[in-house]
Amino acid sequence: MTGAPAPLGYLQTAGPHADPATALTWGLLIISVVVVVIMTALVAAGVVVRRAPRGADAALREGPNAHGWFYIGLPLTCITLVVSAIWTFQVLAAVNSPAGQPALTIQVVGHQWWWEVRYEGKAPGEGFVTANEIHIPAGRPVLVEVTGADVIHSFWIPALAGKTDTIPGRMNLTWLQADHPGLYRGQCTEYCGAQHAHMAVYAIADAPAAFEAWRQAQLAPAPAPVAPQAIAGAQVFQAHCSACHAVRGTEAAGIVGPDLTHLMSRQTLAAGALPNGEASLAGWVSNPQAIKPEAKMPATNLSGPELNAVVAYLETLK
Amino acid sequence: MTALGEARRPRIVRATPDFPGPRLQALWETAPGLKGWLGTVDHKEIGLRYIVTAFAFLIAGGVEALVMRLQLAGPGRQLLTPEAYDQLFTMHGVTMIFLYASPVLTGFSNYLWPLLLGARDMAFPRLNALSYWIYLAAGLFLYAGFVVGRGPDDGWFNYVPYAARDFNPGVNIDIYALGLILLGISTTVGAANFVVTFLRLRAPGMSVNRVPIMIWGTLTASVANLLAVPAVSLAFFLLWMDRQFGTHFFDASQGQPLLWQHLFWLFGHPWVYAIVLPAMGMVSDGLPTFCRRPLVGYTAVALATVATMALGFGVWVHHMFAVGIPAMAASFFSGASLVITVPSAVAVFAWTATIWTGRVAVTTAFLFYASMIVLFVLGGVSGVMTASAPVDWQLTDTYFIVAHLHYVLIGINVFPVVGAIYYWFPKFSGRRLSETLGYWNFWVMFVGFNLCFLPMHWLGLMGMPRRIYTYPAGMGWDASNLVVSVGGFLFAAGVALLIVNVLVSLRRGKPAGPNPWDAPTLEWSVPSPPPPYNFAVIPTVGSRHPLWEGRIESAPGRSSLTEGLLLDQGRETVGTSALDAEPDLILQMPEDTTAPFWLAVGLAVAFGFALPHAWTGVAAGLVIAGLALIVWFWPRQIRGRPQAAEPIDA
Repeated sequence: MTGAPAPLGYLQTAGPHADPATALTWGLLIISVVVVVIMTALVAAGVVVRRAPRGADAALREGPNAHGWFYIGLPLTCITLVVSAIWTFQVLAAVNSPAGQPALTIQVVGHQWWWEVRYEGKAPGEGFVTANEIHIPAGRPVLVEVTGADVIHSFWIPALAGKTDTIPGRMNLTWLQADHPGLYRGQCTEYCGAQHAHMAVYAIADAPAAFEAWRQAQLAPAPAPVAPQAIAGAQVFQAHCSACHAVRGTEAAGIVGPDLTHLMSRQTLAAGALPNGEASLAGWVSNPQAIKPEAKMPATNLSGPELNAVVAYLETLK
Repeated sequence: MTALGEARRPRIVRATPDFPGPRLQALWETAPGLKGWLGTVDHKEIGLRYIVTAFAFLIAGGVEALVMRLQLAGPGRQLLTPEAYDQLFTMHGVTMIFLYASPVLTGFSNYLWPLLLGARDMAFPRLNALSYWIYLAAGLFLYAGFVVGRGPDDGWFNYVPYAARDFNPGVNIDIYALGLILLGISTTVGAANFVVTFLRLRAPGMSVNRVPIMIWGTLTASVANLLAVPAVSLAFFLLWMDRQFGTHFFDASQGQPLLWQHLFWLFGHPWVYAIVLPAMGMVSDGLPTFCRRPLVGYTAVALATVATMALGFGVWVHHMFAVGIPAMAASFFSGASLVITVPSAVAVFAWTATIWTGRVAVTTAFLFYASMIVLFVLGGVSGVMTASAPVDWQLTDTYFIVAHLHYVLIGINVFPVVGAIYYWFPKFSGRRLSETLGYWNFWVMFVGFNLCFLPMHWLGLMGMPRRIYTYPAGMGWDASNLVVSVGGFLFAAGVALLIVNVLVSLRRGKPAGPNPWDAPTLEWSVPSPPPPYNFAVIPTVGSRHPLWEGRIESAPGRSSLTEGLLLDQGRETVGTSALDAEPDLILQMPEDTTAPFWLAVGLAVAFGFALPHAWTGVAAGLVIAGLALIVWFWPRQIRGRPQAAEPIDA
């Protein structure tokens, strides 16, 4: 979905909550490579230089006590470690003290196997719930309160921040801030069951005006369907889907699965398992188990016309 | 022990082929037949069983890994269902960490300790047998569910709440919990045996600063196990209570999911050192043999071994940096984890200095030992990266960790162990392994290993999470995963060459003689394979290198290997004081008995019936165990002696 060669890579990051750790990662990586190269060369050279000639008698020698290796090696080791420790403490301080007040506070709740994203408004009626895609205003610090609904997951958008576990019964805090508008991929990284592999999440940083427009659109309830097929689909949805899914502005208020009020504003389905679109919707609704085995959504057993109708209805949820 | 008799003064004699060997052979030999096979308490037999069983589990765990690598060789492959993959990665971890890595070292230590220490058996030979039988039972217990598709499926560290009944209702996790409690009994009794053997069974004169480093490694690991295993056995038991009886230790509503992580890693991190320190000891003792000089910095390396373990108890939270801990705690555990590098560096510099100041005889065993230094450094520096909390927030639970832990566990456990097989196979079997095949064995394993695990660092830095059964194309992971899979199969081919070499050399290997490497320690002073009584007379030790005495300055000739205490009035060995190894007791060692076998059977039956709450079956198992204990401890007169130990006047 992005042009990046490795969407989950973190050797290049894009926000002040991640960048200090990235520099430290590079620093320790370079130190590590240097140490490995030096020690490999020392061991290999030692074997070559000190190899007994073939057929030579393997006479014992006491050898020098060679403690010089400790006197040189250990101080170098300690200096490297002290530098690494101080740098580590500095980075810890930097990423734990964000600049200023959060522009926005959101809640992210890990579920088997999707992400619930809650935007609390300043007043009642200004909040809304979405799933798997987190819009944030670029350049602004966003405080994220994370928790788990069932088992432990881990919330990770590598370009913007390190991992924070989502633990049921606990609330953890992390920050997201993107320097530039863009799409940043994330994924659950604590093993959480059968579909741990299909638990992607996206952070979408919008220019502030675009973010505000998105927020206003999300606040609106779902538009009433107009086309006859979509109207029929809405009835199918109420009968088969509303126990688990909510669509604001209708009677559907289930809280087991993702809120679908503005489903079509999202780019993927089923936590990144499918690109969003008519064909994917039909495939997913008819048999989710074929795409995400053991997912909590059962096969719906809809007839062909019912399936087409409900997809037509879902496509109105823009 | 009541009414110790008058102090006995054993004769000091010179051993000849005719005396006292034949008499000791009759006293110590295991009876033929099934009863003898089940009842033997010979540490050498038990040690070999441990090694063979551990290798069987290594092969099982390796096959599981290869199946996973077929699934992950490319994006979107559908060889395995998610549930099958989850059981495979869980059993791979459980197998390698619990059923291979620790038991294989226990096996070597069991075989070697009495020989290295100049004793005729471990302190508690029957406990030793019990330790093996319970290990075997626990391994079969853990695999019983897997073969019928009900294996543990929550990873080897089995985090709650996913392991709770609400989310994982099958028998899978109960098998994990009960099977590992059972294994914990084996580990605990084995560890106690090593500690007491170290304190009381060293040959006269083998003061604590004269024992081989491998003894320090296993001793340190054993003390750690005694302290660490209870934490995790408790956690397993509480989990089983939560799952079966509705207690609330770990659930999110009334308990605390993080309690599991603390209890697990309080055990888990020390355990990592417990499964590498004995192997590091093998390298510390083996390298000098091939470098033709004593180890550089014996005292520093011995102290570093102990220091590593002591520090190892203070770093468990570095497995939990992402759970939401305060910055101060993250700083503390980052710092502690960095400090642990120092004792590791001591060992690395000692080994490298030994090579640089020696004359190197390049054998297969040497290649495995020397390559271990490089793999240890690589696994060590990646460990330093994960010790830094802010870096770990990115690295953790990616393939970088998978790479790191395999460099540590394969690099510091498997490579030394294979080196140790080349080194001690002549002692075990009386024959040498083929060096030509060994050379191929080493290079195929070394290249395969690095091809498999080096690119995993890159996969981790490119963000590939652990424990995913599939991944989409376009993540930048495809090519590296293919290389990893190819490397995995090459590595497996290297392990296969080892097995071929062992099987071929058992029949056709060159006869080894007692000391094929001209090595310095006591096990090489006895025939290959050693007789059941190990030493015809109890040796007296005067230096760290008894077989190099008179040839190097630090070992002037003081040890006495062929002339020593004659202990032939039953299965006897000598007990010595804890630090200086002054002889103070003649210990009566027990006869063979099948009681440990039946005790293990009884416990396994009880644990098995506990799975379905079949309490009658549990009771039956406990009755078998109780009867076995009664037989085990039934008081008897041992060849006319009233007590198990008598003072010595030496």
